[in-house]
Amino acid sequence: MAVHFVMEGNLVYQDSNEARKLEGLPEETVKASTEAHPDEEKPDTPVTPVEDGAEAEKAGEEYRPDSAASKADKKEPKVTKNQFNFSERASQTLNNPLRERSCQTEPPQRCTFSANANQWEIYDAYVEELQKQEKNKEKQKTIQLKKDVDKKKKKMMLMETQNDDINKVGKVAKIIERMLHQNTFDDIAQDFKYFEDASDEFRGQQGTILPLWKFHYDKTKKLSVTALCWNKKYPDLFSVGLGSYNFTKQGRGMLVFYSLKNSAFPEYIYPTSSSVLCLDIHEQRSYLVAVGFYDGCVAVYNLKREGQEPVYKSTAKTGKHTDPVWQVCWHNDDMDNNHNFYSVSSDGRVVSWTLIKNELVFTDVIRLSLNAEDKPSTQQASTAFSSLLACGTSMDFHKQIDYLFLVGTEEGKIHKCSKTYSRQYLETYAAHSMPVDTVKWNHFHPNVFISCSSDWTVKIWDHTINTPMFTFDLKAAVGDVAWAPYSSTVFAAVTTDGTVHVFDLNINKYEPLCQQAVVAKHRLTHIEFNPIHPIIIVGDDRGYVTSYKLSPNLRKKQMMKKGQEQPKGPEVEVVKMEKLLSLLREPEQNTV
Amino acid sequence: MDSLSLCLRSFTVIGRGLLPIGAEVEETLKRIQGQKGVQGIIIVNSEGIPIKTTLDNASTMQYAGLLHQLVMKARSTVRDIDPQNDLTFMRVRSKKNEIMIAPDKDYFLIVIQNPSD
Repeated sequence: MAVHFVMEGNLVYQDSNEARKLEGLPEETVKASTEAHPDEEKPDTPVTPVEDGAEAEKAGEEYRPDSAASKADKKEPKVTKNQFNFSERASQTLNNPLRERSCQTEPPQRCTFSANANQWEIYDAYVEELQKQEKNKEKQKTIQLKKDVDKKKKKMMLMETQNDDINKVGKVAKIIERMLHQNTFDDIAQDFKYFEDASDEFRGQQGTILPLWKFHYDKTKKLSVTALCWNKKYPDLFSVGLGSYNFTKQGRGMLVFYSLKNSAFPEYIYPTSSSVLCLDIHEQRSYLVAVGFYDGCVAVYNLKREGQEPVYKSTAKTGKHTDPVWQVCWHNDDMDNNHNFYSVSSDGRVVSWTLIKNELVFTDVIRLSLNAEDKPSTQQASTAFSSLLACGTSMDFHKQIDYLFLVGTEEGKIHKCSKTYSRQYLETYAAHSMPVDTVKWNHFHPNVFISCSSDWTVKIWDHTINTPMFTFDLKAAVGDVAWAPYSSTVFAAVTTDGTVHVFDLNINKYEPLCQQAVVAKHRLTHIEFNPIHPIIIVGDDRGYVTSYKLSPNLRKKQMMKKGQEQPKGPEVEVVKMEKLLSLLREPEQNTV
Repeated sequence: MDSLSLCLRSFTVIGRGLLPIGAEVEETLKRIQGQKGVQGIIIVNSEGIPIKTTLDNASTMQYAGLLHQLVMKARSTVRDIDPQNDLTFMRVRSKKNEIMIAPDKDYFLIVIQNPSD
């Protein structure tokens, strides 16, 4: 027997003996049903070609109970046994031993970070970001000038960090110093701010001045105060010029700035080689200070710059005066926006100085000639007299009219001059018998000015009239006089016997409201009103500057009828003055 | 190079930190020390470590530590209300004396004064 195909499977031919055994049926040989079986094959079993052998078919048949029903012979249903012999078979494979493998790396470094997200921290972060952006923009713009910019930046960086550190501790130390000062002089600070002398009500019209801080610097002991000026922008800052009026005792001088917040030590100190005789602080650029010296030089200091030297200084080549400079005055910027100031000196010249870039350019505005200009001067006369010049001792510019100014001379005359006329005066007033120490225009009324002199008198003038409106005899040489910034009729004067006199023409036309001796045995040299606070500073010849508070009686505003509102403004002041002047003019007109 | 030498000249090393003090500032501090009733001055850096002091070590550490926190709190308060604002100075007045603190970005200065002295 040749076996062509053998496939071991679990399908049993239905009619085979084996199947019968499984079924439990007797063995029989039935072949008729073989033909029906191929139909009953499951359709998904691979159809094996019939040619492979009938045996394959036999083996491929599935024994199903249905097929049993199609058999011709039906046997008694018997319990069929499972054709599969179920036997559990297990086998154990060889398991690979488990081996643990791990790898440890160094952990990333950790640090604890904590922060608060406050409103201001967020704000600061934004501001920093903004600044970075701006810097980037600037960098982009200046990429062309790389080398120079780098060098400059490096220097700037170094200097900046340096300056920042020093200045930081410095600034903080300054604040602390002022706080300590406030504590030490607490009572004075309270007085300055709040004290109003109640006894003024009982004093009638009289007033008093209350002493406040005393300003003194060790190194100014032998010098006298020669000039005072308040700073318009910072009303607690004032400048003091120190030097000597004594012709024989000429030495060094000093320019010192004090703040009301610290009376113990000055804010700025500039030692000078020659006595400072006058100074003026620019109105808008309050860091520019013009100074006139005893040796005839003028200089301009810039407070913003470091260093003790002036920014500009006139020399013999650049037209300095040959005699002491008695008064300097800043004036409006000229047409090219250059700053300029005027100075007057005993050498008879009024000079205008212009700050052009790094230089000080001078122009003689007027030469103060001695003879009167009413007579038409012939050439001979003019050559004979032109060498004689009057000595100017004070000057002041008109507050509203740009070209008009006054010059006081050593001969006691006051000349009204114009910037445009360099040879002639507009008018001359025979004012005093001794040198005119100060001339000042009234802050409000455009026609009125005041003058004082060592001949013991203070005179008030209307510039349209040749004779003084008011004359006051103060019994001692008058050092300085000043108009009050808050009223057109109030002024104060200091005399060499150490007395301060305060007048209010609106209240009393003949007598001072306050006559107070402030220093014994020393001469008072200068006085200035503070532009905002009701205080005055007085300088004496020991280098001391004292501040005083004006009592309410000295600061009275015009009394109005009950029910009417107090009108405010400079017009009121002008009207006040005008009233006074008209009272004086009437008798003149009547007599004429 | 000149600017570099300038920088190096005005540095003074005090304690742990490098505190750059110029001559002017030194003078101001001397004046403060000489004022009436001043008991002591302490300069503290931004981390609360005292850099310069005229008091003894124990008091200095105490003042510096306590006041540092107070100043930070005060400053935080002021700036929280308005971030553009900043603390200028603080006074703590007690029965016996007055403590004045002026803060700054990197340092703050503490001065203890007895005003009635």
